[in-house]
Amino acid sequence: MESSVTYENDLNLKATELRLGPPGTEEEKSVPAPAAVRTHKRPLNETSEECTSKGSNAKHGAAPPPKAKIVGWPPIRSYRKNSLQENEGAGTYVKVSMDGAPYLRKIDLRVYGAYTQLLKALENMFKLTIGEYSEKEGYKGSEYAPTYEDKDGDWMLVGDVPWDMFVTSCKRLRIMKGSEARGLGCGV
Amino acid sequence: MEESSAKAEQVLENVLETVLHFLTSRRDRNAASLVCKSWYRAEALTRSDLFIGNCYAVSPRRATGRFPCLRSLNIKGKPRFADFDLMPPDWGAHFSPWAEALAQSYPSSLRSLHLKRMSLTDGDLTLLSHSLPLFQDLLLTSSEGFTTAGLAALASNCALLRVLDLVECLVHVHDDVVDWISSFPDTHEHTRLESLVFDCVDCPVNFDALERLVARSPSLRRLRLNRYVSMAQLHRLMHRAPHLTHLGTGSFSASELDPEPDYASAFAASKSLVCLSGFREIWPEHLPAIFPACANLVSLNFSYADINADQLKSVIRHCHKLQTFWVLDSVCDEGLQAVAETCKDLRELRVFPVNAREEIEGPVSEVGFEAISRGCRKLQSILFFCQRMTNAAVVAMSNNCPDLVVFRLCIIGRYRPDAETQEPMDEGFGAIVMNCKKLTRLAVSGLLTDRAFGYIGTYGKLIRTLSVAFAGDTDLGLKYVLEGCPNLQKLEIRDSPFGDGALRSGLHHFYNMRFLWMSSCKLTRQACQEVAQTLPHLVLEVINSEEHKADDIGILYMYRSLDRPRDDAPKVVTILH
Repeated sequence: MESSVTYENDLNLKATELRLGPPGTEEEKSVPAPAAVRTHKRPLNETSEECTSKGSNAKHGAAPPPKAKIVGWPPIRSYRKNSLQENEGAGTYVKVSMDGAPYLRKIDLRVYGAYTQLLKALENMFKLTIGEYSEKEGYKGSEYAPTYEDKDGDWMLVGDVPWDMFVTSCKRLRIMKGSEARGLGCGV
Repeated sequence: MEESSAKAEQVLENVLETVLHFLTSRRDRNAASLVCKSWYRAEALTRSDLFIGNCYAVSPRRATGRFPCLRSLNIKGKPRFADFDLMPPDWGAHFSPWAEALAQSYPSSLRSLHLKRMSLTDGDLTLLSHSLPLFQDLLLTSSEGFTTAGLAALASNCALLRVLDLVECLVHVHDDVVDWISSFPDTHEHTRLESLVFDCVDCPVNFDALERLVARSPSLRRLRLNRYVSMAQLHRLMHRAPHLTHLGTGSFSASELDPEPDYASAFAASKSLVCLSGFREIWPEHLPAIFPACANLVSLNFSYADINADQLKSVIRHCHKLQTFWVLDSVCDEGLQAVAETCKDLRELRVFPVNAREEIEGPVSEVGFEAISRGCRKLQSILFFCQRMTNAAVVAMSNNCPDLVVFRLCIIGRYRPDAETQEPMDEGFGAIVMNCKKLTRLAVSGLLTDRAFGYIGTYGKLIRTLSVAFAGDTDLGLKYVLEGCPNLQKLEIRDSPFGDGALRSGLHHFYNMRFLWMSSCKLTRQACQEVAQTLPHLVLEVINSEEHKADDIGILYMYRSLDRPRDDAPKVVTILH
């Protein structure tokens, strides 16, 4: 008998999330394999090595439905969970830093439906203009360029990949300033 | 004639008391107190450090009545599973009755208080701060109920405060936050502070006041900041306190374009640093700043730092003296391999998951686990979260690390078998209990049959704490453990098919245990009632939710007690008798 005693709050943010597809379409949960999608990996200073991922997990026998929320499992203290703000599908919080700003900020990517909304939010948050995105030249018209670190540890220019893929692969954002930012604009 | 024999007796008692002063281990003292009445009295008069493993096992009055001269008190409250939201928030472990008793009984002796999983109010802290003029050390772990107002009272009133350590506490910081750092008397006199740990107090602090406090605390050796302290501020504090031995770095994430302080030189100047933690909002580009301190580090806590393998490698390759290491699984098997290559003296390892969902692949596995076992032969304690594991790797660790005292393996996907063979994980855990002869604490996971428990009952003779979740087939599993493990004191089981028969098989042992927790198992109310009647000094608390039928047991929390059952339980708790 499963424990049905619950003493946590459970925000249902899924009901209010914005999506690109027409109403009724299944939401894509899995990240497409990198080989299938052409990505513009613009070079940056440090590139972290990809963590070797394991072969596919063998399915176990009598598994309970994977999405069922089990209270208190795995046994990680709520103190630790709160500190890490892990992504449980109720929001995709990423840290945003801006060169020169003393503090990091945090935003929930799932609140935005497209790049334009995200960029506007960043412009408001940091009181700056980011400029127009173009595939060939990056961000023109400002000294700032929004970049992000993806799941592989690579630094990418925001806007290079489709929005859905960005949301699921973005680990954190960094608004670069100055020459580093301009360097990103030049082609691969 | 009578007078001289009375004098002789008095001399004997004096001798006994003098000798007992040297007896510090509480187990030895407990044994001494059982010898005879005069030894009981002498021991009670001379005990200065009291440990109470379950706050409801004994009433405050009984404790203060027996021990008139306590200098330090250590009390534990809620059972560990309360940390995982399995208990109602108002369940109990209230410190107030203890606070009142201590204020009354030990005004001129109590110096030190250590509480774990207790519920304290600001009123409790204020009472202590006013009633105990010699109070020096307060250590609160995993506790809650108080706010910054309570901290301010301590800071204001405890002139001799030496240690104020708040570890993983839930401090209410939403309304009326008090500037508690400013409550330390802001004079030119030095404070006695040696340790200030407040990384869990999740609200901004008055940095100027903090800096002044640190500047006038020449004895300060341990300082753990919260995430509202930026790197630039950390740099200033390190400059003020170059003799720190333990440092929690706060956020570790600010970046100023110009001018950026030389963080590395601050770490190089702190030549006494042996323990680093914090990194709450880490910006990995700043990691090189800690390199100068790495060679001396004995303890490193990266468990809030989302760093990858390369970033870890850049640090860990300097850490040859490391004995305690906590980390996130974001470092992958590759990061663990780097640890295994360098940290030959490692005693304790904890690997926490960044993402605790059950259906993902996970960045660490049996590969990193086995690498650790090959490289870190002196390992004594391990806590390892992963998504896949094999019996072979666990067996390897049992052979490579015979000094293991604590083995806690959490395979996050419930009922997961060996990832290679699809077999249950019985053999792996069996090897651990067989080969690790010093093992006292064990947590099991993955697909487990009764066979695994058979191994535990047969070989786990020193085990004191056992954690079980989603495991076992029949009552036999629990029977093996209750009948086979004579040193078992703490047993916590959830979601396993153990029922009344198994419960009854422990009747001979329950008085030796601190507690038994069984939730979502197959117990019936009737069987629990029988146990309550058979063993009158056991308290059986049953916690059910509305969905439970009257006869089912949602949670059974059972513990021995010298006094009547508590009267502060919330309505959702039923105490059987």
